[in-house]
Amino acid sequence: MAGIDDTASLAAAQADISRDAARRLDTVFRGGAGIFSILLLLIAWELFARSGRVTPFMLPPFSVVVARIYSDAAGGDLWINLGQTMFRAMTGFAIAAIGGVTLGALMSGNRLVRWFFDPIISVGFPMPKIAFLPIIILWLGLYDVSKISIVVFDAIFPVVTATLAGLASIDKELIWSAHNMGASEREVMWQIKLPAALPQILTGLQVALPISLIVAIIAEMAMGGYGLGGAMMSASRFADSPGVFAGIVEIAIVGYALIKALAVIRRRLLVWHQETAEHS
Amino acid sequence: MQAVAQTSFRYLPLLLLAAAWEITARLNLIDSSALPPLSHVASAWVDLVRDGELVSNGAASLYRGAIGLLLAVIVGGGLGIVMARWRLLDVFINPLVELFYPLPKSALIPVTVLWLGFGDGSKILLIFLGCMIPVTIGAYNGARGADQALVWSARSMGAKNLRLMWDVVVPSALPELLNGVRTALALAFILLVSSELIVSQQGFGYLIGYLGSTGSYEGMYAVVLTVAFLGFAADRLYQLLVQWLLSWRE
Repeated sequence: MAGIDDTASLAAAQADISRDAARRLDTVFRGGAGIFSILLLLIAWELFARSGRVTPFMLPPFSVVVARIYSDAAGGDLWINLGQTMFRAMTGFAIAAIGGVTLGALMSGNRLVRWFFDPIISVGFPMPKIAFLPIIILWLGLYDVSKISIVVFDAIFPVVTATLAGLASIDKELIWSAHNMGASEREVMWQIKLPAALPQILTGLQVALPISLIVAIIAEMAMGGYGLGGAMMSASRFADSPGVFAGIVEIAIVGYALIKALAVIRRRLLVWHQETAEHS
Repeated sequence: MQAVAQTSFRYLPLLLLAAAWEITARLNLIDSSALPPLSHVASAWVDLVRDGELVSNGAASLYRGAIGLLLAVIVGGGLGIVMARWRLLDVFINPLVELFYPLPKSALIPVTVLWLGFGDGSKILLIFLGCMIPVTIGAYNGARGADQALVWSARSMGAKNLRLMWDVVVPSALPELLNGVRTALALAFILLVSSELIVSQQGFGYLIGYLGSTGSYEGMYAVVLTVAFLGFAADRLYQLLVQWLLSWRE
């Protein structure tokens, strides 16, 4: 019996080692290979677009798209559109983050609040809330208020769910001992419960952030006006394909930067947590 | 009996919301064109089903969504599993997956229109491209987590590569793969409805926009609620399917 256990644990240990070695090799290898494969993609794009197999309307060369982004940046349009989109997405995200954590905390602390919101959250979460966009336009008009509202409406659900899950999984003994040492409800919430739930709350925010950006762009596309989404839509209406592809590249860069930034913030906030130690 | 009572108590808040909606609209607390009473919305829904509008547009939407999602699951799932087992592909494709993962998928709407026009093709392509990434990542993580000892013992028993994939790697990748598909399912609804809202001549999104622009808000509310319900129901059905698919694990 002991023999089988030994071989099993040995196999597991070997698997761990080989995985670890592979991972180390990967990090050495990957930094270079990652940049290399992205460069390869861009070169392939340029060559394919210039090969004559597709019209420049279907796929403008990468260099043309870069020139377009440069001229938009120099002319100032890019910064206006970027500023508008970021303002809408980030305001919506911030409201959803604060509102979502507050609602989650209230639901976990108060049975009546929980009873009322639980079915709304569980039914509302999987719904495609973007379908409500025309109703929000009907109520709030075509301006920033309605764009930000639809972002909040979409982004708040993962935050509430993550906060609830985080607060539910806290070690009860932590809370009891804090109470025993004379901590008030408020102190327990701010100093024990929220920090302990922070990893899961941050995961919820990491889900909500890309949603905020996706929804802000859809709202801009549907309503028009300034913003990266609106600019892409008007480029598409005028069959201006470098404009459309410039929009994709710009939005891709913004999305990438935001998500990396949140990952860095997560690592900073969770320096004390074992999750960070495991990764470094 | 007790279970029924419990469930209805649990969902009572939704009924209360519906009642509040009806009363607010009836008392004209909010302009009735902005918020028609729920009962009017229900009768508009019946009308839309009767004259076939809801059914024909709904069928168009569901067709696009199903094809796009199916392609995404097949291609994305396959890619993720192969990437996890084949180092060379992993090194080159993984950075691209990481690059496209944070791309807000809605940015692809104008491009797919540029390529394939206003019809089915552009929506299917959009859903395929958007949904592929979460499926790929789920399959990749799952397949990488496949117990190496299992793989070795299957090999030592003479399993060939393809057989090994199918019998050992795919089953152990399944839970995470299915998780990725769940994310993709929700995303498919979002992309479908929003692309139809923005540019289309058919589908749920088109019908919502059309009814809104002609001022028949009761109908618009009816279609919005239908889409919302379908998204919710699809997720619940999918969870049942997953439970059934993973029942061998216990």
